[in-house]
Amino acid sequence: MAVSGIKTKIGRRAFIRNTSLASGGLVLGFSWLAGCKMTPEEVDNLPREWFKLNGYLKIGDNGLVTIMSPNPEGGQNVKTSMPMIVAEELDVDWKDVIVEQAPLDTDAFTRQFIGGSQAIRRGWESLRMAGATARQMLREAAAQTWQVPVEEITTGAGMLVHKGSSRSVGYGEMASVAAKRTVPDEAPLKNLEDFKIIGTSRKNVDGLKIVTGKPLFGMDTEREGMLIAMIVHPPAFGLKLKSVDDSSARNMPGIRDIFTIKVFNEGYEKMFFDTRTFNEVVAIVGNSTWEVLQAKKALKIECEPIESSTETRDRFGSKWEQHTPAGLESTNEHFAQMAAMASKPAEVRRRDGNPEAAFKRAAKIVEATYTAPFLAHNCMEPMNFFAEVNGDKADLIGPLQKPEFTEQALSERLGIPLENIDIKMTRLGGGYGRRSYAHWLVEAALISQRMMAPVKLVYTREDDMTDGIYRPAYRATYRAALDANNELIGFHVNAGGIPESPLEENRFPAGAVAHYLAEDWTIDSNLTVGSFRAPRSNFIACAEQSFLDEVAEAAGKDPIDFRLGLLERAAQNPVGENNDYDPLRYAGVLKLVKEKAGWGQQQEGVHRGVSAYFCHNSYAAQVLDMVIENGQPRVQKVTCTLDCGIVVNPDSAKNMAEGGIVDGIGNAFFGELTFKDGVPEKDNFDRYRMIRMGEAPREIEVHFVKNDIDPTGLGEPTFPPIFAAVANALYRAKGHRYYDQPFLGRDAISG
Amino acid sequence: MATYTLNINGKEMQVEVDPSTPMLWVLREHLQLVGTKYGCGIAQCGACTIHLNGVAVRSCQLPVSAVGSQEVTSIEGLSENGDHPVQKAWLEVDVPQCGYCQAGQIMSAAALLKNNPNPGDAEIEGAMSGNICRCGTYVRIKKAIKLASQSSAS
Ligand code: FES
Ligand code: FES
Repeated sequence: MAVSGIKTKIGRRAFIRNTSLASGGLVLGFSWLAGCKMTPEEVDNLPREWFKLNGYLKIGDNGLVTIMSPNPEGGQNVKTSMPMIVAEELDVDWKDVIVEQAPLDTDAFTRQFIGGSQAIRRGWESLRMAGATARQMLREAAAQTWQVPVEEITTGAGMLVHKGSSRSVGYGEMASVAAKRTVPDEAPLKNLEDFKIIGTSRKNVDGLKIVTGKPLFGMDTEREGMLIAMIVHPPAFGLKLKSVDDSSARNMPGIRDIFTIKVFNEGYEKMFFDTRTFNEVVAIVGNSTWEVLQAKKALKIECEPIESSTETRDRFGSKWEQHTPAGLESTNEHFAQMAAMASKPAEVRRRDGNPEAAFKRAAKIVEATYTAPFLAHNCMEPMNFFAEVNGDKADLIGPLQKPEFTEQALSERLGIPLENIDIKMTRLGGGYGRRSYAHWLVEAALISQRMMAPVKLVYTREDDMTDGIYRPAYRATYRAALDANNELIGFHVNAGGIPESPLEENRFPAGAVAHYLAEDWTIDSNLTVGSFRAPRSNFIACAEQSFLDEVAEAAGKDPIDFRLGLLERAAQNPVGENNDYDPLRYAGVLKLVKEKAGWGQQQEGVHRGVSAYFCHNSYAAQVLDMVIENGQPRVQKVTCTLDCGIVVNPDSAKNMAEGGIVDGIGNAFFGELTFKDGVPEKDNFDRYRMIRMGEAPREIEVHFVKNDIDPTGLGEPTFPPIFAAVANALYRAKGHRYYDQPFLGRDAISG
Repeated sequence: MATYTLNINGKEMQVEVDPSTPMLWVLREHLQLVGTKYGCGIAQCGACTIHLNGVAVRSCQLPVSAVGSQEVTSIEGLSENGDHPVQKAWLEVDVPQCGYCQAGQIMSAAALLKNNPNPGDAEIEGAMSGNICRCGTYVRIKKAIKLASQSSAS
């Protein structure tokens, strides 16, 4: 095997800290067996002893390998693809690999978190080194045993080979010797062309458990003596709890206790993910879910208006002031406020050339305004967490995206030191950003502490939807100046949102237009907002890519060629310095989609929309084919191209890309949460319309640009651009432009 | 509280619960069969789909008192070893993302194929319209249903 010596940049600490057993020894605790009955053959195949080579992996005396998957799994398939990277460098056969979910351990692992499509990108180097250093220890062990130079030891499919003396041995037999060696500082990495696992499709390691209904999710957690808890929160944003009348609820069957809890202490400086509006909520604790649900209905609360407040928040070390206004907010007012803001002077984020002059001398000006409403995450598994707080120890089990950030809030609130808090991650029934804000974990722990019992806190669907951390509402106005030759000479974007701006001023077409102005504004709100599958991009991509379609049309150009022309300008003679994209890779996905979709070929009754975007370090382009059936738009096919560097697990990557596309089409068509006097007007799927199979594309084709660039994100990049592909196809199908999401009407209710 | 003897996955099981308790919670909490999922509680998402005498029903809307001696099948009872044609097709196509909705999807699909071994696209879409997947795996679900339909036909 050809190797290239690469020194690990992340240092030995990551591998060594958790290797108290590196001196060799039996590792117990087969948590991967839990919940599965083993066949007699499987029992026979179990190793008698496991040897841990580093925090990521242990090798059995029979050659089986257990690889820890460090990151929470929420459907991005990292639990399969991250161990694939370790197995590649370890050089074992994938069929001999068992994958186990690692607990939160910030000493052993780096960045155990889901979000921003970053897991693979950030994990790439450390996962490779985890496999490579273990392989090196095995080679050293063989060299020592056979008394030959380590350079002469080669490996393949879990075997160590010394060609010169025709000796070979399985990893399992050398594991005990290898485990006594120190973890090396340096280890050779494979050349990309020698990859045998990376780049091949491997099935979801939890597939069988999922299709047979095994306990995998936080909701499935069960413990001896466990109680069920639910919360009751004020019905409207802008209100807080005043008094609780539990006179009838308290005496209902199965109810153990009802009390209020404060999620964060007064004066606590909240960190970035400590977002919560209703700081005080009522907890209802009982024996079973159904009994608690009945008491929840019988409980009465009285609320009062909040006062406006300003608090200092911490964003990874830098402070910011969060202003929360008083009042009961409504969607109609939100849109009126945004329209008013758009006509006021805004904060200039980027200016190139002289945009005012360009617009003055323009032959043609195109202008359009785009809006989008608040969205709820609607993970299929509602928020929940298990907690058992016992004296100064806390055990927590459940689904969350950023355990290492939540741990600190928990420690502070419970008064329990970090090292006594153990968080175990279950599979997430969807995350999409919502499970980064793990206030429910603190709530579960507080309830357990008070009850002195193990507790599973469960949000009902209604709680999940009405006590959300929403995708903000946004507005953007674009103006384009074309000269007499239909060249784009000026570009202006004014964008804002409640309470956050969606502007990405350094993204395309910045850098491709000589005279450019980007400005933004925000409006404070007491609605809680947070990350939602590709934050900000999920709106601004749609606005920008719909607008470019309209500008291309006004310029009399093909929409793909128009974009390619701008990208060429950005590549050859870029305007400004901080252009946050690579124009060649951007053009690459567009050219590939043009070819793969057969762009330019007209089909009777098929209306095509194109869109492309760069976010989360990956490039995506899409052509969407729409037909009209019974007066309703139906997506016939989506052709999608992606440049996300090396693709670790191609079929699973396609699945992610398809998911982003379907979810995006659903949100573009139907996604919307409106508010009336602070009350979310939808609280379940009868009113909140989600895309269903009959509205999903009939076919999705995904093609990857092949290159040797380190892998980048996949969970998000196909989501933002598809909104515009929908809007642009709808325009061609219906003859008018779609500016306001959701495109299929504000009151669409599922049948 | 009342005592019920139920026929679940081919076995007789006894529970003592309030008569209004939906089968969803009886299965999940009283019998520890957690494959059946809670998603909405109002018959809108399909995560809780089980079979009652072979017909797909939403267990969140089925009170235990209405079950009587009817045959209840949950995902755990669909096959002994995960080898029902629908489960096999799901693995072959590698359908799941987060996986939370999938037990319900599989139960709806299995009931459809039992009635209609060779459904067309519109029939599949109709039968599956009660099952939401936020991860957006619909294209694969349909592909897996077609695969299962072919493999059970041959
Ligand atoms: S939980 Fe029964 S249909 Fe959603
Ligand atoms: S796979 Fe996640 S909701 Fe369907």
